[in-house]
Amino acid sequence: MKRIPKRSQTREGRNSSRYTGVARADFKRTLKPGGLIVDKLKAYRDLHAHALFSSLGRLVASPFNSIMTIAVLAIAIALASGFYLIMKNFNQLAGNLETTAQISLFLEDGVSETEAKHYAEAIGRNPDVREVKLISREQAMAEFKTHSGFGNAISVLKTNPLPVVLQVLPRGGLEDKQKLERLLQTFRTEPYVDIAQLDLQWVERLHSILAVSQHAAALMNTLLACAVLFIAGNTIRLELHNRREEVIIARLVGATRSFIQRPFLYTGFWIGFISGIVAWFIVTVMMLILRQSVEKLSSLYNDFFHLLFFDFSETLLLILTASALGVVGSWVSLQFLLQEAKLE
Amino acid sequence: MLKFENVTKRYAETGDVLRNVSFHLHHGELAFLTGHSGAGKSTLLKLIAVIERCNRGAIWLDGENLSAAKESQIPYLRRKMGFIYQDYKLLKDRTVFDNVALPLVIAGYGHQEISRRVRAALEKVGLSGKEKKYPMALSGGEQQRVGIARAVVNKPPLIIADEPTGNLDPELASEIMRLFESFQQVGVTVLIASHDISLISKMNHRVLKLDHGQLILG
Ligand SMILES: Nc1ncnc2c1ncn2[C@@H]1O[C@H](COP(=O)(O)OP(=O)(O)OP(=O)(O)O)[C@@H](O)[C@H]1O
Ligand SMILES: [Mg+2]
Repeated sequence: MKRIPKRSQTREGRNSSRYTGVARADFKRTLKPGGLIVDKLKAYRDLHAHALFSSLGRLVASPFNSIMTIAVLAIAIALASGFYLIMKNFNQLAGNLETTAQISLFLEDGVSETEAKHYAEAIGRNPDVREVKLISREQAMAEFKTHSGFGNAISVLKTNPLPVVLQVLPRGGLEDKQKLERLLQTFRTEPYVDIAQLDLQWVERLHSILAVSQHAAALMNTLLACAVLFIAGNTIRLELHNRREEVIIARLVGATRSFIQRPFLYTGFWIGFISGIVAWFIVTVMMLILRQSVEKLSSLYNDFFHLLFFDFSETLLLILTASALGVVGSWVSLQFLLQEAKLE
Repeated sequence: MLKFENVTKRYAETGDVLRNVSFHLHHGELAFLTGHSGAGKSTLLKLIAVIERCNRGAIWLDGENLSAAKESQIPYLRRKMGFIYQDYKLLKDRTVFDNVALPLVIAGYGHQEISRRVRAALEKVGLSGKEKKYPMALSGGEQQRVGIARAVVNKPPLIIADEPTGNLDPELASEIMRLFESFQQVGVTVLIASHDISLISKMNHRVLKLDHGQLILG
């Protein structure tokens, strides 16, 4: 009775004659220095490459299922990344507002344009003031006519009811609130000034609203990430069901768990990756549609706002996250399913 | 090589399917496992494949205790065995080549090595030139030989077959049996479950007989 040595090198050398009668060639091959380990590494790489492409091929082979899955995933991812982009744009908007925090001085009715001009120059010399802009009655009227929608009704008026307005841009923005308040108080005591108004409160409110929405968006995105995980997991469940026989046979001939999982994880990767790209397109197209109206709105406010799209690193992050969610969802699903799956 | 020590297997639904089974299969031995339907033959083979675990006793393969093997070890243990089934268990959407290559792919062999070994195994079972065919395009006997090629391609020291000739006519059946004998002749240990008494009696080999879960001959 022959003993079968455990070490594979010798075993290969001796056993090959059993079925193939090519013991010598076999033996030489395994003895070639480095040959075996390099072959194994190559085989391992080939295995991954094969799993990568065959899982893509399998997705292509059942286009209806794949498109359905990817569409659902892409919409979920588009929602999440759309929220992100909206928040990013709002933040930019709020940032611009901060720098334009301004005090509006509505002058008394009796103040003439020249008086107003002199007064504006006087204010301009105040070290706490960066810039003063005078809006004449006519300018105010013209602006009001075009933007209020009451254009025709106002043409009927004989006299211009609007006061001269001075827009004062304080130095130092919002950081020093007390300084702003002091400035406001001095304007209020001036005889020329009817109403002095600091456009600040609503900026603050906007900021707190933004903070809340940011929170809400984060929660929504967590939820959507879970949805992506579940959808990916379910897709893998169906895939595993379809390939049950293959899995059982592979196990019977000695496949490890990681060998069994590999193609499914690659499937998860592909559906996540493709969905991420599709989601990017969905959001970008939507932003392009929105752009026109946003730019129009922005032009009314001195062009201070431009729509932000995904930049390169965000695009990369989006696709990476989508792929990772696909893989993780598949992995979690496999941990449950492969535990249950019985042979036969 | 393969040793059963007082092995008992119990199913909650059916009670003791195997009771106190002990035997020792030596290297290079060919043995038949017989018994009436429901005697426990398939169950015994499942214990060897570690598809099921025994409730009592121990099963040794080359000094390793199969019944106590860790889950992560099972794939590596299975690579030391070649399994052959009555229903062939071939992948219908893969070619003959791919079916036979599967154990080698799993074990991580390189391309050339796989191709060389698959061709050798197919030649051994008399299926040279059918590499590119799909299992459905083959006769039952040919499909079974593909199954056998897959079982031996990895050169395992132990071959296990469950009713390998169950679906074949007598002539094909004895042809398949001669194939198993040829493996035995080069030192492989073979265990074949079968209730084809006439075929078994024609061949002069050891017989293990199960009756209601007990080994009454062996
Ligand atoms: N998974 C299982 N759960 C419960 N009982 C089982 C299970 N598998 C087999 N059995 C029972 O074990 C007994 C032996 O079954 P087994 O398949 O080993 O018989 P066998 O000798 O292979 O029969 P056959 O010649 O018909 O294939 C049967 O009574 C069967 O009902
Ligand atoms: Mg059976």
